[in-house]
Amino acid sequence: MVDSIFLALSVLTIGCAIASLEIRSLIYGSIALMLTLSGIAGFFLLLDAPFVAMFQLSVYVGSIAVLILFTVMLVRRELIFNKIEDTRRRYAGIGLMIIVMLGIGTIIIGSGLKSMDTNAPSVDYKKIGEDFLTYYSPALIVMALILTSSVIGALTLAKREDVTSDQRAN
Amino acid sequence: MTNALIDFVLVSVALLAIGIYGLSVKRNAIRMLFAVEMIVNSANLNLVAFARFIPNSQGQTLALFSIAIAAAEVAVGLALVIVAYRMYKNIDIADFRSLKG
Repeated sequence: MVDSIFLALSVLTIGCAIASLEIRSLIYGSIALMLTLSGIAGFFLLLDAPFVAMFQLSVYVGSIAVLILFTVMLVRRELIFNKIEDTRRRYAGIGLMIIVMLGIGTIIIGSGLKSMDTNAPSVDYKKIGEDFLTYYSPALIVMALILTSSVIGALTLAKREDVTSDQRAN
Repeated sequence: MTNALIDFVLVSVALLAIGIYGLSVKRNAIRMLFAVEMIVNSANLNLVAFARFIPNSQGQTLALFSIAIAAAEVAVGLALVIVAYRMYKNIDIADFRSLKG
């Protein structure tokens, strides 16, 4: 059976996920997204993965959510509260969500995952550090290159000159 | 463990379904990025949950790599949104006409 912490975390995570998509203001939406990501970090703590949880907190909640918040603030004010969507498309989306949830949910509940339980001790996070520096060190270097190139790419994109739509037509 | 593996997997399925809903319904580019973040996070939750129950350290390592890649993806995605906002003065993806084929 699940314990109360798990229940509270799942209500927080899923509730804030829905709120971040449905709430009218984009600023409150990004704060709700921040809470969703913190809820996921709580799940990582429940799964005895403190290293991944702290990484999640520092990368997602610390940097990505703040980056999104600042981007939202750069956008004009009426666009933040603007909410244009097709009603039929919305109902189709809700139907698709329920189909995905029920379909994959029934498959998972019917599978053998239900009986899977473990009493084994959790993985020591020192082992992860060792893995990173020995077996995964080439992947770590490639990761550093990808991060550098993405930062340079983002800077180049954002630094572009202002192109108006009539200039673009020529 | 008091919580079984299936509970974590069901939470991640719910998050995936909400992400798919957001991607298919929303027309705001920033909200679509929110939905992508949710889908990536549900995948990470799955990885760490299975790594705990197998038990194995490789799932956690892969989750760490995935988080780092997602950070890069969001940086580039937000830069693209800003460029599109400068061009069209809007963040509605239906207005990004020159991206249509």
